[in-house]
Amino acid sequence: MAPEPPLLTMSGITKSFPGVRALDGVDLDVQAGEVHCLLGQNGAGKSTLIKVLAGAHQPDDGTIGWRGEPVTLRSPIAAMRLGIATIYQELDLVEGLSVAENVHLGHEPTAAGFVVRGKAAKASAAALLKRLGHPEIDPARLVGDLSAAQRQIVSMARALSHDVRLIVMDEPSAALDPDEVDNLFRIVGDLTADGVAVVYISHRLEEIRRIGDRVTVLKDGRAVAGGLPARSTPTREVVALMTGRNVEYLFPDRPRARPPGDPVLTVQGLSRQGEFAPLDLELRPGEIVGLAGLVGSGRSEILETIYGARRPTTGRVSVNGRPLRTGSVRAAVRAGLGLAPEERKAQALLMLESVTRNVSVSSMSRFAHGGWIDRRAERGAARAATRELSLRPDNPAVPVGTLSGGNQQKAVLARWLLRGCRVLLLDEPTRGVDVGARAELYAVIRRLADEGLAVLLVSSEVPEVLGLADRVLVLREGRVVHTAPARDLDEHRVLDLVLEGSPVAGEESPAS
Amino acid sequence: MTQHVSPPRDGTGTVPSTGELPAWRTVVARADVRTLSLLGVLAALIVIGGVTRPDEFLDTRNLQLVLTQASVIGVVTVGMTFVITSGGIDLSVGAIVALSSVWATTVATQEYGFAGILLTAVLVGLGCGLVNGLLVAYGGMVPFIATLAMLASARGLALQITDGRTQIVSVDNILKLGERDSYVLGVPPLVLVFAVVTVIGWLVLNRTTFGRRTVAVGGNAEAARLAGIDVRRQRLYLYLLSGLCCGIAAFLLIILSGSGQNTNGNLYELDAIAAAIIGGTLLSGGRGTITGSVLGVLIFTTITDIFALNNLQSDVQQIAKGAIIVAAVLVQRRTASTT
Repeated sequence: MAPEPPLLTMSGITKSFPGVRALDGVDLDVQAGEVHCLLGQNGAGKSTLIKVLAGAHQPDDGTIGWRGEPVTLRSPIAAMRLGIATIYQELDLVEGLSVAENVHLGHEPTAAGFVVRGKAAKASAAALLKRLGHPEIDPARLVGDLSAAQRQIVSMARALSHDVRLIVMDEPSAALDPDEVDNLFRIVGDLTADGVAVVYISHRLEEIRRIGDRVTVLKDGRAVAGGLPARSTPTREVVALMTGRNVEYLFPDRPRARPPGDPVLTVQGLSRQGEFAPLDLELRPGEIVGLAGLVGSGRSEILETIYGARRPTTGRVSVNGRPLRTGSVRAAVRAGLGLAPEERKAQALLMLESVTRNVSVSSMSRFAHGGWIDRRAERGAARAATRELSLRPDNPAVPVGTLSGGNQQKAVLARWLLRGCRVLLLDEPTRGVDVGARAELYAVIRRLADEGLAVLLVSSEVPEVLGLADRVLVLREGRVVHTAPARDLDEHRVLDLVLEGSPVAGEESPAS
Repeated sequence: MTQHVSPPRDGTGTVPSTGELPAWRTVVARADVRTLSLLGVLAALIVIGGVTRPDEFLDTRNLQLVLTQASVIGVVTVGMTFVITSGGIDLSVGAIVALSSVWATTVATQEYGFAGILLTAVLVGLGCGLVNGLLVAYGGMVPFIATLAMLASARGLALQITDGRTQIVSVDNILKLGERDSYVLGVPPLVLVFAVVTVIGWLVLNRTTFGRRTVAVGGNAEAARLAGIDVRRQRLYLYLLSGLCCGIAAFLLIILSGSGQNTNGNLYELDAIAAAIIGGTLLSGGRGTITGSVLGVLIFTTITDIFALNNLQSDVQQIAKGAIIVAAVLVQRRTASTT
């Protein structure tokens, strides 16, 4: 290693918020031209640390050095002037403006100080997009018309429109498909070859193996390991550092035999034009069926159509042999279906309300006499349901917004448990849930199945589907290309099917 | 102190009790900072009124007048609070009050006496609410636009009915309700109606499935839909409720003024929205407080009274109201960010 000082040194960074010490003396050093990965569970302090780095938070204590000189980052603009750019998870683009306008937002090329030189802006935006490997994005297009992946590119182009020395990327791959992730990695490679440093945050260990140089692990506001070699540190060691314990294997055991019995959920020829082809599916009590596929393969759409939240083009859904009124969530809920949607905060939770009210919202009439709610009975039932799932804290009076991701998901599950639902539709149940809590959630889901629930599971994480489900349907572009017991599949096989759609095994083993 | 029936405190906006604290502590814990600060403002206003106009302000007749005036807009505000809590808005309340009041006081209606007037006022309110509700819930219109259209049409219809003339009420048992003889222990009947509407509104919002659904729809309509709530039907009911409150308010106004006019209820929509907002109901929906709304109404009405007694012009009143709205929202944002 060259003896030149690191590009960035943060030492002893401490930051407290009312009631929480978010960062407790964190050290981080980043060399020019390296990909430095930041790992940690939710709440470990990653977001706070990058906000300090972006100038959005002021540290209570600690020093920041930039190319060997001490600096203070008083504001995001100060950080930007030094050459630090941050690409947040929630992209901060203006949908009503064009790509070029977004790229240059805040520093438009101007004539006479205020007249925006549109042509120059477009040309430089086009050059940046080309450098990022996406010359097909038209700088004149509105950002609102772009896909999530394209927006990410625009966001990156904006970062590069400054003279940038260090880019912070907060879970950039979360919304991307594998080929888009490959492109992202290529861009990261180009940047580092130019001497730009990248601070990369991700939950996905395999990504860190692929592109990371060094890893810093945060836990409870401290850096428990700094500058580990990204490729050669064993996974077990990383997981142990993150969780403080050894997570050997996350998934619960499957019951030995597939439970007998008539299907509780029957889907016949269900389709939606432009979203997914006619689908047949049977779900028995006690069974967990997984839908594996890429983003955009129609997974969520299938769940929402079964649930009545979307109206099908053809086909029907029956529960215990009785067909449901199509396109009616209420009919589905009444028949015993429950959905834990993909976007918990946007689609499932009343963030201002208590856990109790979030849990009871689908069963209110049970505690009501003539519209009058018996709050004592409601509280008791909600508490029983949340206790059964060991939701923490064990106080259903707290607002649901204060819970961790895993416990918020438990609150959604408790809602359907209380309702007494028979078919649970789970859309990305562990999104935003940290590693330790995932294992617990998997155990809960399996236990609910063992108690007789039928579960339909959608996840973009193939290992999750394979590890949790009994039977897996592989989807490609809205079409089921393969059905098999989960134990007959492995990750490579599923990814092959997802990418190639090879209809190799036409015989669908009806599994014992 | 004023002699209105003090409404129960409501628990929205605070963490619900765990049920393990003694009763009095729960009451204190639930009387959130916002309600207490509104009570403080009201108390301060009463002190100001008492100091600046000691003889006139604290006079029983004046207090009765303040409460009577608060009653009409107060009933409207209770309905508005429900609509805003659900994430909607009803700009047509003032116009509906006008239309109800003139329709209920036409010569033809007056022939049916007390019952005819009351029934007409309520039915016209409900009818307008039904149209609003259908447009918003099933027509997919933005509440702002749908109720703005209703505002224009209802006012127009009210003008058409009256031709700009004041319709004097000649039904005796209506007029009698406005007289001092009808006061119950010194409380005007109008104020009693307001108190009853307030208590019912509080109970419905805080203790019934209807109230829960209202909050759920306002807090997150998509989540409410996916939890199995019929969001559209709930929205329809809410605009019906607002219309009903307007009909009741129109009836109170008929008693109060002994007439029906097409200019009745002018700018009630703004007063009702302002009272609900300073009371602590979120304009974005998902949190509503009847107690806060009623305190907001009382604060505004008291200010108007104090200014009038001190011979300050209405332009000064308007400026003061504006300042209070801004101050209240700023204080709320501060308390929200510290909790």
